[in-house]
Amino acid sequence: MADPALIWSYLAQGPLLWLTATLVAYVIGDALFRAAGRQSWANPVLIAVILLAVLLAATGTDYATYFEGAQFVHFMLGPATVCLALPLYDNLPRVRRAAWPMLAGLCVGSGVAIVSALLIARAFGIGGPVLASLAPKSTTAPVAIGIAERIGGQPTLTAALVLLTGIFGAIVVTPLLNALRVRDWRARGFAVGVAAHGIGTARAFQVNQTAGAFSGIGMGLNAVLTAVIAPMVVGWMG
Amino acid sequence: MVDGPISATIGAMITALSLILAFQLVGEILSRALDLPLPGPVVGLCLLVAACILRPPLADRLRPAAQGLLAHLSLFFVPAGVGVVAHWPTLRDQGIGLAVAIMGSTLLAIAAGALAFQAVARWTGSVDPSALKEDADG
Repeated sequence: MADPALIWSYLAQGPLLWLTATLVAYVIGDALFRAAGRQSWANPVLIAVILLAVLLAATGTDYATYFEGAQFVHFMLGPATVCLALPLYDNLPRVRRAAWPMLAGLCVGSGVAIVSALLIARAFGIGGPVLASLAPKSTTAPVAIGIAERIGGQPTLTAALVLLTGIFGAIVVTPLLNALRVRDWRARGFAVGVAAHGIGTARAFQVNQTAGAFSGIGMGLNAVLTAVIAPMVVGWMG
Repeated sequence: MVDGPISATIGAMITALSLILAFQLVGEILSRALDLPLPGPVVGLCLLVAACILRPPLADRLRPAAQGLLAHLSLFFVPAGVGVVAHWPTLRDQGIGLAVAIMGSTLLAIAAGALAFQAVARWTGSVDPSALKEDADG
């Protein structure tokens, strides 16, 4: 029988252990989400992240080591983004009819997301690079990081803020829009895509295909709009 | 190699994944070559929509793989989500301000965006009865 410490040090170096742990954590998160009747507070991303964070802390593993294994899952974000073309294509007639409502939802949602975040943060005395890191937090992570770099933010902090925004948006969207009596799946999906990017879109697809398609469009359009207006708003307020 | 139903399904998946990756690759090249504000996968998304319009059979071919990936879109955010924990000290320092800013602005943006969409949909007569939520579902 080999020394368990040797087996551990072997496993801790390769990608197998943390790739497996990531998939198992998601399977558990997804099972709990289903067991909770697909309620938005039982967000599978949040559950998996908490499980993995506890596991990393318990084993004294740093994020870089974890990411060696998890990068294969992370990589699939790219192909999955390309796949958003299919629901968009399937909903093209609907999308054409909704051009004006989408333009309104995009401008209002994107503008409110940036300006309100910066106003609230500034009221708490936050300024400088942290404020610049916060500005693009509603856009999809690769775009947000690019914008933050351009306006003097910290890319890694931006990535964390983007994730927190997505998880919070995915959790609140259903109760919030139920309370406001918004019954149009197009409006529900589009708004969460603009405000909470891919994680909001993942939530929209869990609930309704049309909502998912419009959420994907909202995410894509907001990536473009935020790249244009975030530098202006930060320049004006920072 | 025996071409049973499972092997054929996996074969179709590999073909679909190759096509999806090819679109991402071309998108990545265009994004960098033309210095676009959009990341490669989003450019790939636009190209794939255009390709499906030009050749509708392509959409039928990719649909099973695409729906499979999108049904588990949440999974792909887990590694980046764990990264939040790695930045915990930074987040804790500005904790309350950042938390209120994220929560407040996300609530406001979702509400304002959805209400603006809905108002303009009514105003322009772009109401879609087939896209209305039943009161019972999530």
